[in-house]
Amino acid sequence: MNQQISFTLNGKPHSLATDPDRPLIGVLREDLGLHGTRFGCGEAQCAACTVLVNGERTYSCRMAVSEADGQHIQTIEGLATGEKLHPVQQAFLDEGAYQCGYCTSGMIMGAVALLADNPHPTDDQIIQFMNRHLCRCCGYVKIIAAIKRAAATGGAQ
Amino acid sequence: MTTLLRSTRRGFLQGLGAGLLITITDTRLFAQAESGFQGRRGGRAGRGGAFGGAPVPISARIHIAHDGAVTVLSGKVECGQGARAEIGQAAAEELRLHPDQITVLLCDTTLCPNDGGTFGSQTTPRTIPVIRAAAAAARLALLELASRAWSVPAAELDTHDGKVLHAASHRETSFGDLAASDQAAQAFSQIPRNVTVTPVKDWKVMGAPAFRHDQRDMVTGRHAFPTDITRPGMLYGKILRPPALGSTLTSLDATTPIDGVTLVHDNDFAGVVAPTSFAADNAIAALAPAAKWSAPPTNSSETLAADLRASVRGGVPTNPFPAHAPDKLFQQSYFTPYIQHAPLEPRTAVAEWAGSKLTVWTATQNPFSVRSELARAFSIPEDDIHLIVPDFGGAFGGKHTGECAIEAARLAKAAGKPVILRWSRAEEFTFAYFRPAAVIDVSAALTPARKIASWFFVNINSGNSGIDSPYAIPSKRSQYVTSAPPLRHGSYRGLAATANNFARECAMNELAALASADPLDFRLKHLDDSRLRDVLQAAADKFNWGQKLPEGHAAGLACGTEKGSYVAACAEVSLDKNTITVHRVVQTFECGAIVNPLGLTQQVQGAITQGLGPTFWEQIRFTNGHIENAAFAKYRVPRFSDLPQIDVHLLDRKDIPSAGAGETPLICIAPAITNALTALTHTPLRALPLHV
Repeated sequence: MNQQISFTLNGKPHSLATDPDRPLIGVLREDLGLHGTRFGCGEAQCAACTVLVNGERTYSCRMAVSEADGQHIQTIEGLATGEKLHPVQQAFLDEGAYQCGYCTSGMIMGAVALLADNPHPTDDQIIQFMNRHLCRCCGYVKIIAAIKRAAATGGAQ
Repeated sequence: MTTLLRSTRRGFLQGLGAGLLITITDTRLFAQAESGFQGRRGGRAGRGGAFGGAPVPISARIHIAHDGAVTVLSGKVECGQGARAEIGQAAAEELRLHPDQITVLLCDTTLCPNDGGTFGSQTTPRTIPVIRAAAAAARLALLELASRAWSVPAAELDTHDGKVLHAASHRETSFGDLAASDQAAQAFSQIPRNVTVTPVKDWKVMGAPAFRHDQRDMVTGRHAFPTDITRPGMLYGKILRPPALGSTLTSLDATTPIDGVTLVHDNDFAGVVAPTSFAADNAIAALAPAAKWSAPPTNSSETLAADLRASVRGGVPTNPFPAHAPDKLFQQSYFTPYIQHAPLEPRTAVAEWAGSKLTVWTATQNPFSVRSELARAFSIPEDDIHLIVPDFGGAFGGKHTGECAIEAARLAKAAGKPVILRWSRAEEFTFAYFRPAAVIDVSAALTPARKIASWFFVNINSGNSGIDSPYAIPSKRSQYVTSAPPLRHGSYRGLAATANNFARECAMNELAALASADPLDFRLKHLDDSRLRDVLQAAADKFNWGQKLPEGHAAGLACGTEKGSYVAACAEVSLDKNTITVHRVVQTFECGAIVNPLGLTQQVQGAITQGLGPTFWEQIRFTNGHIENAAFAKYRVPRFSDLPQIDVHLLDRKDIPSAGAGETPLICIAPAITNALTALTHTPLRALPLHV
């Protein structure tokens, strides 16, 4: 019952035949070798698997790959331009805003979505938007600092 | 260098470039040496590389390639707690290098010395001194090699930026060239006893903020966690789990094969191997109705406290210190439930067999012990097992054991292919071990002079850590008694110190109230320990203890010491109907000379925030072995919106050897908040999570 599914992934067209019910994260990680999108819960409860679908924050563990057909998907691997990091990545790097780092991809993708919508969020807006993202090391203080730094350095690109 | 490149020792050497210095790395030697070392608690072992065991070659710790690239090796692991940065700092300091010039290679059982498990806040006090000694010895060996080559006294030589210099003759040579010389292997054969390390006052790299050197890979997604390991031909595994803890598989009547899926069934073990994780999940779902299970045990979280108390063999000890009039007798009981570590990366292992030899990539805090578990499980020698621990996604005491690695290896063996097994979140919440629940009885006598005359403290079920009272009390006894726990429990960040400090610091507040004394004054009146006094006073000062707070707000404090470090916290809390808000937490922390202030600040900030979980929400609910809240949707952990204003103050005691900091910052947050709430409700709260 495989189905041909086509989407744009990090700016490049992709097409593959697979079970349409598979979660997008499984296809990204297991078929396309993009491991930067992390699996945390499979319940859309931790946001470690966050990707952008047409620019919108999406939890790839609960999105069937069939829903990706015809869409534009961006993952952490598609953020940097060559060796030049996206300002949000650079801000996380400069702040050292991770401990184990397992939530970091999802945090960065979430922050990219936030800043695209609201280039200069208040602390409360950051907290409200990012509240779906879990960091079990509980490094939230640094992550908020990184998002503010990103906002101040052109993170809304 | 990626994990995959160093799947063999030869691969590692090729990856690093030619370097003569790795000549002797026999992990059995180090296991022996380390066990001798660990047996001498509080000894001077690390300082001079004097393990009390076999001579330790520098080359087991420090590799210098011909191109000068320096690698430091340790059996410790990195899971967000900061070992990697700190080990790099220690080596850089002694080799007079920048931390960026050092590669830190962590746990790979065929390459790295056995440094014991990564737990108990031991990396800083135990491993860092060993690394410093090895790196200092390496530098001395390099000086000695140059001294001989140039026939000048070693005292006239210095090192800078990876070179040995002789100022008088303007000569210089690189670490790499010296390491390539014929005499290098001999020079690096042993770490001399009593090698001198850089004194704290001269630290340039240690004591300064240090990042992990792999940080860029964290923000690009390139870092390969255990869940990201891929092997050629790798398949995806999944285990058939019982509906309740304590049930075992009695029969499996699986007759319909599924395309591409291999069923692995061996007595009470059943699992599948499939081309994708989705296919593996579906195969298990299809298989489940065909399984029959033994009856689960009878148990319930509702009756946990009473059950633990009733199951103490010989009964709960009674207070040996009778109170004499006019002393007031205080007697209360406290409770902490089972909680789960819930690291964001679920347990994962990749297993690959080559004949009877096994390679496993997995997340564990206890790699050499997991290697032993694997050896026993498959009746193969430890030397036939290569265990690699890529930096992984959190543990908090939860990843000591090797069940996931064993399961992956069983599936891989049956399938004849490499297999990755990644536990689901529900499996994480159910089949990993729990932080033990505790029932704690406190009895104390209070004199009319508002002093505690006696103190009797019994921890039922959860452990000894942090059990001794730091307060000066004429008669005191603290003891831990085992019970018959209904669930499998194990390590957790801070072990029982969180429960013991919760009970003790809440009881101290209740005693202060009984004495009509201010909680801060009451504690100080009972504290001789100057380090604990210092952190408590500093927290109170920074918090401005005693200040008038807004209507409906109250303050609470707590202090404690564990694993050689000291902590105090003040919390400002408000209660509006049933909504509790933590507005502000001021925490002071002291662990001797600070090695990495950046990492330490993160540890303390993270511990404060993580500690909000068990304070307010975290609690495993179970009925007859069935875990009822095995999902993040049902098991609330701290989020962005829970953040109070957090003020962390680190006291840097350069005159005191560095202690670890992974655990102690966690132990005061629950009692500080509880004491603040009690000040508002006037009804002491004695059970976590808090309910008002």
